[in-house]
Order: sequence, then structure tokens, then C-alpha cells
Amino acid sequence: MEGNDTKDNTQALPQDNELPLQGAGELGIIRYGAGNIFSLTSALDRLGIAYGMVHTEEDLARFDRYIIPGVGHAGAAMNKLEQTGLVPAIKALKKPTLGICVGMQLMTAYSEEGDANLLNIFPNKTLRFKDSEHYKVPHTGWNRVSQQKENPLFNGIPNDAHFYFVHSYYIEYNELYTLASTNYSLPYSASIWHNNFYGVQFHPEKSGVYGETLLANFSKI
Amino acid sequence: MEQLHNTTLPFPGSGLAKRIVPCLDVKDGRTVKGVNFVDLRDAGDPVELAWNYSQQGADELVFLDITATHERRKTMVELVKSVARQINIPFTIGGGINEIGDADALLNAGADKISINSAAVRNPELIDELAKAFGVQFVIVAVDTRRIDDKNIVHLNGGRIATELETLSWIKEAESRGAGEILLTSMDHDGTKAGFDNTLLKTVNNAVHIPVIASGGAGSVEHFVDVFEQTNVDAALAASVFHYGEILIPDLKNVLRANNIEVR
Repeated sequence: MEGNDTKDNTQALPQDNELPLQGAGELGIIRYGAGNIFSLTSALDRLGIAYGMVHTEEDLARFDRYIIPGVGHAGAAMNKLEQTGLVPAIKALKKPTLGICVGMQLMTAYSEEGDANLLNIFPNKTLRFKDSEHYKVPHTGWNRVSQQKENPLFNGIPNDAHFYFVHSYYIEYNELYTLASTNYSLPYSASIWHNNFYGVQFHPEKSGVYGETLLANFSKI
Repeated sequence: MEQLHNTTLPFPGSGLAKRIVPCLDVKDGRTVKGVNFVDLRDAGDPVELAWNYSQQGADELVFLDITATHERRKTMVELVKSVARQINIPFTIGGGINEIGDADALLNAGADKISINSAAVRNPELIDELAKAFGVQFVIVAVDTRRIDDKNIVHLNGGRIATELETLSWIKEAESRGAGEILLTSMDHDGTKAGFDNTLLKTVNNAVHIPVIASGGAGSVEHFVDVFEQTNVDAALAASVFHYGEILIPDLKNVLRANNIEVR
């Protein structure tokens, strides 16, 4: 773990004791107990992107940008996030913030998963794919991501490149906020963007070279 | 919304790619089947082999751990961590997962999915428990099938032990209990290099609403074209044709593309 020169003293990060604590002042991963982040931190390690963990509001100030990870049930994830007390601070963030998968869904207004009200950073809703004969749910595998706007997040990534998805719930397409779309029984938001807030439904840490490019792009936004 | 339409895609409305999945057998942290397809420094190192496959364009990897010692969980966790550190595509680990604790350790080590086979047959409720604890997307139920008389029968221990279960009804039960994906291996076709069991795969794929991975019988590039065209399964798995360099993944994908099959 190169560059580990932080004077990170935080009174322990008990559940993170196997994770590398790299230079603070860079990318903060918001921890709220939803999902495993070993694959994400491994991808950041491979890319040489320094990161640390955000558990409290005080931690936020140490970083220049943030990732909200997330796997699992959106309603349950929102409950856990609320328990951290970080919600008002997250909504007020002015630095680049990237939600991944359920982490992105948390930034919308509402999810059908758990009938839950969410952060409402984006007014879009998160809905369940309808069961149908031709489209299996969860949507699993590599699908095309069609860029709808110019944005440095997708620098160096060809339009319609494949990314790796695993999800049963999707964010509605919205001309204002959809940065990239994917078609799976209907066009939906594969990526969203508003001011400093970004989200991706796919897993960049599992999406080959282009996924790594996207993470590297975010580290420079 | 015109700008959204991808009218050139073979499957209208979706660019979801068919997945090509190399499978690696691992024992005590080392690959066990011979491998001679590229200039590997260490052909027994599953991580180096996996990295090579990811560079070649494999969409996903399956590690089948056949370690039989009581140290198994520890060696599997170490393997999964090493793979997760190095590889930028999803991977599944199977073999010897009998309880929630096994699965939890593998998830925390970075595995994207686990595959269960005999343990699910012996204790079907394990599927429910795993799906509830980790989500259906984490749980692959692997089914080894062999024809006996006119029936497809689920087998255990690499096809050696017949069960009472009829294959299609077991797969439907697995789906209803929370399997997120089915890995179906035809033991009659496995090792023959005569092609996948397209008849059975089509029946199964039409009967379930979760992804199906075809396994057993791949011998040529055409067999992959056939299985996707004839059965519409989501993924195809093979081992030796990839390990021995008989099929190179970039060539395979070019042929699939030429046949209008969506690939990455």
C-alpha cells in the first residue's frame, strides 16, 4: 500500500481493520454498513488512488471527493445511512460525490424497494423491473451504456461500451439528470449527474478496463 | 427520446451481452488441470491465469475449489482475496460451501457470487438462507445432470451419484427458493467436445426467469454459436478448450459477433 503516510488517528475503524488506510485528503468512502467494499478498494489500489473511510461528519472534511457504495436492499441501506447521522451532511456536500449501484439509488427521491423515501438529491424514482418473458430479473451481466451528455466521468470511454450490472431496481430515465442510459426492457439511467453529484448503476470496480477508467476519471473531477 | 434507440442491436431494446466464462479447478490454492495456452510464468497460479483470461476478454470467471482438507475455508478465502485484488471482472467461487459462514467469509474476501451444488441438494433450505442473507444475485445453484432412461436426473459428486431429483423440477425449486442463476452441466456431454446439450438447455432456459449458464461439451467455436442461437442461454462455460488454447476468447467473440450474437 504505497503512500501510506497519513496521520490517521481516528479512534479505530473496527470493521475496516483489514482495509488499507491510504492518504487522507483524497477520496473518502462513506461507510454505513451496507455491503462489502473489498472489490472497490482493490480497484482503487490497482489504480493508485488514495482513499480513506468516512464514518462521521468530521471525517468528511478530510477528503476532496466521496464515493457512496452500496449493495443490497435500498430501504434497508437508507435506514443504515440514517443511523450514521450523515444524511444532512451528505445532502449538503459540494465536492464531487459518486454513488455506485444502491449508493446511487439512495440519491434519488424514492425506491419501490422497501417503499422508502431516500436522499432526494435527484427527484427521480427507483423502480423495480417488471417481470417479463424476455427480460430476466435481476438484470445481470454486461450491457451497453449510451452516453447522453458530455461529462469528464466518461472521458476515454467509447459510447455504448459494456459495463457490468447486477440489479433488480432501476432509476427512471430523465432528460435533465440522465448522464448515460441503458436499455433493458426500457431505457433507464445507467448514470446520473447533477452539479457535484454523480451516480452509476453498474459496478465500475467489476467492469474491466473501462470501469477502471471511470474510477480514475472520478478521482480527477 | 430518439437518441436512445439502439436500432443496430440484435436483441431489440437491450445490449445485454452473452457471457463467456472460463472455469478453473483449484486445489490447495493451485490450478489442477494442465494449462498451456500462453506464456504464463506459473501455470499453476490461479491468479495469473485469471488475470490472463480477463485480459483476453473473458466476461466472468468461475473457480471450482476441490481442496479436501480441513483448511479448505482458509485456502479459499486467501484465493478469493488474491483474485479480487488483481482481477477487474466478476468471479464466482464454488466447491465445499455448506453453510452461511462459508459464504459470508467468501463475500467479505471479495467474491461476487458463490456456487452451491451437493449442499443444496442435501439441504435445499440453504438456498433460501443464502438468498435471504446475501441477495439472490449472490447465489448460483450448480446442477450436474445425466440422462437415465428417458429422464434427466440430478447427479452428485461429479456425476457419479444419482439422486431422486428430476433435473427440471429441481431447477424450478431452486429458482423459487432464491437461486439467482443456474449453472447447468450435462455430464453426458462433459468431456466429449461434441457440443452443449442444447435440447435440455433450451427447455431449462424457457422454464426459468433467472440467467442460465451452459456447461459441458464445448469443443469448438461453433458450439458456442449453437448454444446461444438455439437456446438463448445467458452464458457459456468451458475449461479445457480455453486452458489448452484450442479456443482463444478474442477469436470466439469475433465469430459470435459475426453471427449477430451480442458480446462485449
